[in-house]
Amino acid sequence: MNLDFSPVWQGWPYLMQGALVTIEVTSSALLLSVSLGLLIGIGRLNPKRRVIYGLASAYVTFIRGTPLLVQLFLLYFGLPQFNIMLPAFVCGTLGLGIYSAAYVSEIVRGAIQSIDHGQVEAARSIGMSSRQAMRVIILPQAALRMIPPFGNEFIALIKNSALVSLLTISDLMHEAQIIISTSYRSLEVYLAVAFIYLILTNAAGFALRLIERRMKAGGILQ
Amino acid sequence: MTSAMTSTTAPIIDIRNLSKSFGETEVLRDVSLSVRPSEVVVIIGPSGSGKSTLLRCCNALEVPQKGAITVCETELVRDGVVLPEKQLNALRTQVGMVFQSFNLFPHLSVLHNVTVGPRMLSGQSRDEAEARAMELLEKVGLANKATAHPAQLSGGQKQRVAIARALAMKPRVMLFDEPTSALDPELVGEVLGVMKTLAEEGMTMLIVTHEMSFARDVADRVLVMDGEIIEEGPPSEIFLSPQHARTQNFLKSVLTRS
Ligand SMILES: Nc1ncnc2c1ncn2[C@@H]1O[C@H](COP(=O)(O)OP(=O)(O)OP(=O)(O)O)[C@@H](O)[C@H]1O
Ligand SMILES: [Mg+2]
Repeated sequence: MNLDFSPVWQGWPYLMQGALVTIEVTSSALLLSVSLGLLIGIGRLNPKRRVIYGLASAYVTFIRGTPLLVQLFLLYFGLPQFNIMLPAFVCGTLGLGIYSAAYVSEIVRGAIQSIDHGQVEAARSIGMSSRQAMRVIILPQAALRMIPPFGNEFIALIKNSALVSLLTISDLMHEAQIIISTSYRSLEVYLAVAFIYLILTNAAGFALRLIERRMKAGGILQ
Repeated sequence: MTSAMTSTTAPIIDIRNLSKSFGETEVLRDVSLSVRPSEVVVIIGPSGSGKSTLLRCCNALEVPQKGAITVCETELVRDGVVLPEKQLNALRTQVGMVFQSFNLFPHLSVLHNVTVGPRMLSGQSRDEAEARAMELLEKVGLANKATAHPAQLSGGQKQRVAIARALAMKPRVMLFDEPTSALDPELVGEVLGVMKTLAEEGMTMLIVTHEMSFARDVADRVLVMDGEIIEEGPPSEIFLSPQHARTQNFLKSVLTRS
């Protein structure tokens, strides 16, 4: 077996550019995922609010029950039939964010529900509204519990982002395929790409552990 | 002037013909009770007799299906209908509650536990709220713990912070649900001491407790509950010559236990 990594070195600047796009896509998707996931997770706390609970549950069921690739294609190839043409980058970010939000919402819901009910009661008994109690008492405590599962979700998001290469976004995976199409060195290039993903996912994991440690030390709020 | 007159005569808590069920089980049956200003009322009774439920009805943490409760001249609930959210929250600021399990906010410092309510709800500035909180912590003997976090406190200290947190809202009445039951025996005294001071200062209090000697010393009235109020009277009567067999049995079981 002879390995030839020279296409990797020659294409290195393109791979780095691709990695940057991967980081851009995942971090924008992460932002969307967290905000949307927070809303949907909170929407799924109280089954008595039928409409909100029903919509949020339907969302989670649909997203978790269908392949991400199908969802991405629905956005990229499906929406143009309604004359909605979004740039590939927007579709990719949107698709990834929407997908990840379903999982984040479950993390959010689980963390909130794991906070002792006595906390809400204490907050309500001094006169806080349920919203105030949620914002000042429950969410800060729940946030700490969200971080470890959240790290896993972030890592999954980075890995899943490879799919957006199929929407013609020039991410890491896409650049790799271009290099392979001229050099035919699949093994070497994919190995290099795997290695770059590995670095990205581990950096993300490291960053989250750092945040967790800081929040613990600082007692979260202020 | 008229308001001053009515507020001295009108009860702070007035419970009329209250009934409450959880599903099929009726926990409270036709309970009526008034607590007048500066009165200290102690509720005793066996486990599962509805003491906590009654207390929790008084700030609408539980909603009774039948009967009415008036708190601080405002009707809190009538036949299962609770005061609208805004007024309810306002009314709750006047009713302090202390829980068996303390329920301090673990992510906030002791000082912040006490100031979070006043700053958010009474529109106090940070300085104002903190000055008042320090007075209260002084009063419960914990001024030196202001910057600590709840996890660093003993059970007795936690409960005293919880009392300070409730007092910070300047409540007109305090509800205590077995405030010392979760404490090691040697820590019970420090919490009861604070409660006794409050009673002497004229705070209106409704207290569920198994501390019979505290009840004897501090209570104006003792209520014996078992789903309904079996018996009520001054502590001397209840403890020395209980009328009902159920009261006698309950007292016997409590006294032999301790
Ligand atoms: N949220 C609830 N749902 C269902 N049943 C409940 C609920 N809260 C209390 N109960 C039941 O109501 C009855 C009265 O409970 P409560 O807590 O008021 O009793 P208690 O007198 O305070 O008892 P203890 O001395 O053990 O604290 C019990 O049988 C309890 O199981
Ligand atoms: Mg109880």
